Amino acid sequence: MSDTPVLRVRDVRKRFGDHVALDGVSLDVHEGEVVTVIGPSGSGKSTLVRCVHQLESIDGGAMHLDGELLGYEFHRGHLRPLPDRRVAAQRGRMGMVFQQFNLFPHWSVLRNVIEAQVLVHGRRPEEAREAALRLLERVGLADKADAHPRMLSGGQQQRVAIARALATNPRIMLFDEPTSALDPELVDEVLSVVLDLARGGMTMIIVTHEMSFAREVADRCVFMENGRVVETGAPEEIFDNPASPRLRAFLSRYSGRAAQIPDERLLEEETTS
Amino acid sequence: MSVAPQAGVPQAGAPQAVDVATARPRIRPLRWVAGAVLLVLVAQFARFLVTNPGFEWPVVGKYLFDPNVLRGLGMTLLLTVIVMLLGSVLGLLLAAGRLSGFRPVAWACGVYVTVFRSIPPLVQLIFWFNLGYLLPRIPLGIPFGPTFVSWPTNSVISSLTAAVIGLTLHEAAYMAEIVRAGILAVDGGQRDAARAMGFTARQSFVKVVLPQAMRVIVPPAGSEFISLLKGTSLVSVIAMADLLYSVQVIYNRTYEIVPLLIVACAWYLVVVISLSFGQRRLERHFGKGQR
Ligand SMILES: Nc1ncnc2c1ncn2[C@@H]1O[C@H](COP(=O)(O)OP(=O)(O)O)[C@@H](O)[C@H]1O
Ligand SMILES: [Mg+2]
Repeated sequence: MSDTPVLRVRDVRKRFGDHVALDGVSLDVHEGEVVTVIGPSGSGKSTLVRCVHQLESIDGGAMHLDGELLGYEFHRGHLRPLPDRRVAAQRGRMGMVFQQFNLFPHWSVLRNVIEAQVLVHGRRPEEAREAALRLLERVGLADKADAHPRMLSGGQQQRVAIARALATNPRIMLFDEPTSALDPELVDEVLSVVLDLARGGMTMIIVTHEMSFAREVADRCVFMENGRVVETGAPEEIFDNPASPRLRAFLSRYSGRAAQIPDERLLEEETTS
Repeated sequence: MSVAPQAGVPQAGAPQAVDVATARPRIRPLRWVAGAVLLVLVAQFARFLVTNPGFEWPVVGKYLFDPNVLRGLGMTLLLTVIVMLLGSVLGLLLAAGRLSGFRPVAWACGVYVTVFRSIPPLVQLIFWFNLGYLLPRIPLGIPFGPTFVSWPTNSVISSLTAAVIGLTLHEAAYMAEIVRAGILAVDGGQRDAARAMGFTARQSFVKVVLPQAMRVIVPPAGSEFISLLKGTSLVSVIAMADLLYSVQVIYNRTYEIVPLLIVACAWYLVVVISLSFGQRRLERHFGKGQR
């Protein structure tokens, strides 16, 4: 069990019409490991996390969560797709944070964090409510529990979205450019929450354009281009000693506009408030 | 700060003295003209209503609360509510069907909507009322197989069932389009987020997509219900005792056509105003949390 990766992605292929979005991607993520994914726009990073979360079907390859095949089952010696209920249950074991937050605007912040616990995981409402309040406190938004999402800033909305995804105790968290839709001054408050999760041992895949953050938070870093994993390795190797010319070219475009590493002081404030 | 003799006119060298709070409203001559025209038209119309003896206002008063008229109103309301409920449910199913990933179902629902939107409801009413010519008995059994029981069509299809069937099928086609537009107006990220949390397709539709679609659905659905209410007056052609039919029965006897039509219009107006009021409350309910 200990050497079974939490997530195993093997030779996954995905096309949209004629366009090949994923061209045989393989990736293992182990317990407590943080993998950051970088790469140019259109390289398939979003498609990868959306496929892992089964928001998109895959055309080939296989994915396993804790050794369990995702989206398919064997039936009389053949593979066949799982029914919707079982796919939903598998999704419920992963957490996803979107670029556009996608909070449910017709519910209060608290209800956003409560609902999946009750509906998907069958928790008692009081228990779910307590868990939700604890999580909101953890992301520094306990005082916004009764607010409606539209009343919050982008950074606050994204922190609620993180709390919402954490509420069901996911085995792995997937982040798709969690700060790309934010005003620059709101980026740090979100990154510090993610950094806090990483230090707490959460297993994560983080797609990001914040290069210094990608380096700081990662145990391993993956560079994608044209639907393929071009290079993977420890952050020092990827950022200080890139092997492929493509990665070197990509990184050189980012040098000079390195993002701020989240401020330690801010982190303390967020977690103690 | 001293006020300049000509208030509001910026003084050279003293721009800080200008304060738009002291501005006076502009005179808008066109508004005065429009107001005057409106006043004349209203006064003229009021005089027409009051002085023309053809309206026979005392007769209007006499029949407004006539038991037969009220019974007709009750029938109109009953029919509207039944068709509203059945039509909405069927419309919702059709909309879901049109958005289904299973092509044959999406296609069939699309064909239904096209066909039933293009048949005038009056034609449908007459058709269903006369179904007996096409299908003398209504069978229940296995398709292409044996029949277990059957009923004579003319005993099943009364004017009420013909009206309910005809108007529901018509209403459902329109509701399907309204609901479909509402669902498509919900950001795709909402459905993604719902499913990402582990909601099943149905949970994400009922809990997340539909409540947000309602904001877009309610206003046109309100108009649709109002036109349905008035559309029920068509059932008088199949001798169903709705509001219009009951006043017709009276004026066929007394020849007081205009006042009795006014009675019917007054009741339609009352019901439409109540429906609009309900619609506004629903809009406010589903609009919360939105900008
Ligand atoms: N739903 C879709 N339909 C068609 N093409 C898509 C769809 N989603 C993504 N693509 C295409 O797949 C490629 C990879 O997209 P994406 O995974 O979003 O890249 P990234 O997140 O790295 O910017 C892009 O060329 C994009 O245009
Ligand atoms: Mg992307």
